[in-house]
Amino acid sequence: MECNCFEPQWPADELLMKYQYISDFFIALAYFSIPLELIYFVKKSALFPYRWVLVQFGAFIVLCGATHLINLWTFTMHSRGVEVVMTTAKVLTAVVSCATALMLVHIIPDLLSVKIRELFLKNKAAELDREMGLIRTQEETGRHVRMLTHEIRSTLDRHTILKTTLVELGRTLSLQECALWMPTCTGLELQLSYTLRQQNPVGYTVPIHLPVINKVFSSSHAVKISPNCPVARLRPAGKYIPGEVVAVRVPLLHLSNFQINDWPERYALMVLMLPSDSARQWHIHELELVEVVADQVAVALSHAAILEESMRARDLLMEQNVALDLARREAETAIRARNDFLAVMNHEMRTPMHAIIALSSLLQETELTPEQRLMVETILKSSNLLTTLINDVLDLSRLEDGSLQLDLETFNLYALFREVLNLIKPIASVKKLHVSLNLAPDLPEYAVGDEKRLMQTILNIVGNAVKFSKEGSISITAFVAKSESLRDSQAPEFFPVPSDNHFYLRVQVKDSGSGISPQDIPKLFTKFAQTQSTATRNSGGSGLGLAICKRFVNLMEGHIWIESEGLGKGSTAIFIVKLGIADRLNKSKLPFMSKVSTNHGLTAFPGLKVLVMDENGVSRMVTKGLLVHLGCDVTMVSSSDECLRVVSQEHKVVLMDVCVPGIDGYDIAIRIREKFTKRRERPLLVALTGNTDKVAKENCMRVGMDGVILKPVSLDKMRSILSDLLEHRLLFEAI
Amino acid sequence: MDVVNQLRRQFVDYYTSLHREGFVDDQFTQLQKLQDENSPDFVVEVASLFFEDCEKLINNMARALEQQQRVDFKQVDASVHQLKGSSSSIGAMRVKNVCIAFRSFCEAQNREGCLRCLQQVTHEYSLLKNKLQTLFRLEQQILAVGGSIPVVE
Repeated sequence: MECNCFEPQWPADELLMKYQYISDFFIALAYFSIPLELIYFVKKSALFPYRWVLVQFGAFIVLCGATHLINLWTFTMHSRGVEVVMTTAKVLTAVVSCATALMLVHIIPDLLSVKIRELFLKNKAAELDREMGLIRTQEETGRHVRMLTHEIRSTLDRHTILKTTLVELGRTLSLQECALWMPTCTGLELQLSYTLRQQNPVGYTVPIHLPVINKVFSSSHAVKISPNCPVARLRPAGKYIPGEVVAVRVPLLHLSNFQINDWPERYALMVLMLPSDSARQWHIHELELVEVVADQVAVALSHAAILEESMRARDLLMEQNVALDLARREAETAIRARNDFLAVMNHEMRTPMHAIIALSSLLQETELTPEQRLMVETILKSSNLLTTLINDVLDLSRLEDGSLQLDLETFNLYALFREVLNLIKPIASVKKLHVSLNLAPDLPEYAVGDEKRLMQTILNIVGNAVKFSKEGSISITAFVAKSESLRDSQAPEFFPVPSDNHFYLRVQVKDSGSGISPQDIPKLFTKFAQTQSTATRNSGGSGLGLAICKRFVNLMEGHIWIESEGLGKGSTAIFIVKLGIADRLNKSKLPFMSKVSTNHGLTAFPGLKVLVMDENGVSRMVTKGLLVHLGCDVTMVSSSDECLRVVSQEHKVVLMDVCVPGIDGYDIAIRIREKFTKRRERPLLVALTGNTDKVAKENCMRVGMDGVILKPVSLDKMRSILSDLLEHRLLFEAI
Repeated sequence: MDVVNQLRRQFVDYYTSLHREGFVDDQFTQLQKLQDENSPDFVVEVASLFFEDCEKLINNMARALEQQQRVDFKQVDASVHQLKGSSSSIGAMRVKNVCIAFRSFCEAQNREGCLRCLQQVTHEYSLLKNKLQTLFRLEQQILAVGGSIPVVE
């Protein structure tokens, strides 16, 4: 049987057939090996996400390969089985390849986008790299700045600061040259002050108003300038290409500018040069570095300026301190010397004066010829004057020391004025001056104050009135000052405040004498100042009187002034002083002795138990006699031990003699006080002493004695002492 | 009466002369005041005590100053102090004044001066003793004739 199958055209084109056969074989081989490679490499990598696709692909390739392989058998006569296999293979291949094609539609965009993302990420990475580079450079810049700042601020010396700045900048930025131009005192030029390389900058100056300099000064940034401008031409010209130059302004703060917020006008110029013959350029971060450094330098310089200023002030203060100390010590020495002098003067001068005055007075009493009498009177007058002068000077110095204190006591005001009148009347009548005294009716009779000094003041003023009046009258008026009349236009700061205990006495002394010119009035109360007129010169006086009066009046919390309408028109001296109001009790204390003396002979202290301690027999007996006469019950002991043994609660008073050496009266006092703890039980301790020493009295007070009596003691004295003691439980006689 | 008045006048004169000559001072007058009916012989008692004291002290001082070598000035000073106290208590002014001078010599440790003062003290003391004894005799006489002793201020 002959089959109707197609007979291959074998004999025709046998070569072509052969080539096709071989190609198919190789295709099959490739088709089988590619999936193997794929599998191998996929297995190697862990990350491949599209495994299913790979499988599909693999299947597709394998089937394709299979198809081509099976094709090999179709060149020759092949059976139906091969045909079936071939058909199956082809069908499968078709299916798979369609499926793959469909799948690829989904997958290829994804794959493509992966690529895009990859590109994107690469760009990003590049960008980050760039940024990193930038940050790193910035950080390095920052580090440089910090280091520079640290270097610059580690010193407070101006020159070191500037030098260090230049050095460090030069080092950090590897500069060829770095220079600082400072403005001169005139402010019109810039002078080359510091350079990096050149050790001694030659005093180059450039005028400050060059346009390039103005440009730099008007901007707070570093400005690139031309290497040929005068500030940059620091190196001798040569065959090189100068590097880029940058200039920046450095504000110079002055101390006085701190209050002002805007920048001062003084700037220095810092010029930085990159190395020549290099292709280096100024980078932004380098410029920023330079600007920051310039600011830091400004701050450091201002700190240095402040420090210099304060050191200078401190030195000045120390000098002043030393000078003041010296002056103070000198003043103290002077005061001490003066006090010593015054102390000597006080005693040494008063003693002979006293002798002169006493003896002259005595001489006056004897028989003298008229010429002799005149001479003696002159001697007396002169020595009185001298004594007054001495007293005045001494008083004044005491007043100024502040060591003078008023002796306040109750006195009769009316009597004081009468006394003044009596003293002044004789002198006034000699000069044929009429003196009148007017005392206001509401003036109290008694007052509390320093009688002696008030008298001195009034006498001084009235004396002046008499002295400076050749004729006419003098009137003295005294009244209680009310608040309206208390104010004086000349002394607005004098505000007297009347109170219940005090009143202000106002005394006016009006005279019709030579008067005082208005310009002399302020000088009146200054020490030793006298008006120039011959009238006053001749009338003598030290010029101290009014000064002393003023001080007394001030001590009495008052005010004194003189009014005059001019030369020849007379003058009025007015003063106001504060005096205390004497109350009834004070007045009654004055004649207190008379009250007590009525008890003469009566036993004033019946049965009062007294213990007398005295080593001296006679004195003991006398004291006992005194006390017995006064009715006391006296126990006598002659030693301190006996005293301590005998003393008991019954004894109300213990009189002990403490001027005898050997017996420590003070010790007994202490022991007695210890023996009687309760104050009620303790007898009063009184010391009898002939010692007028203040120290003895202080000792007695210190050990707790209740009283000190000076020997000799009269009967009346003992009586009053005992009554005082028992009433007040305390008595310290003024020594 | 006449006798009494005469005696009284004599007493007053003598008393005043004692004052004037400085033998006694106000303290003595004070002592007179203390004499009353409770203690009628007060002044005499005090005076006797004073004389005894004086003699004792003067002897002490004489003995102390007799030492040729190393006079105990402290002791002398103590005695003088006692004497001064006694004399001022009774009002023996002259004796007291000598004592004051005596003390300064003691402080200066001046033996010659002290001896001189001792002599003076003894002298004054004997003078005073005589005077006071006369005064007391006068007093007794007045009392004997029934008069009262005048109080001289």
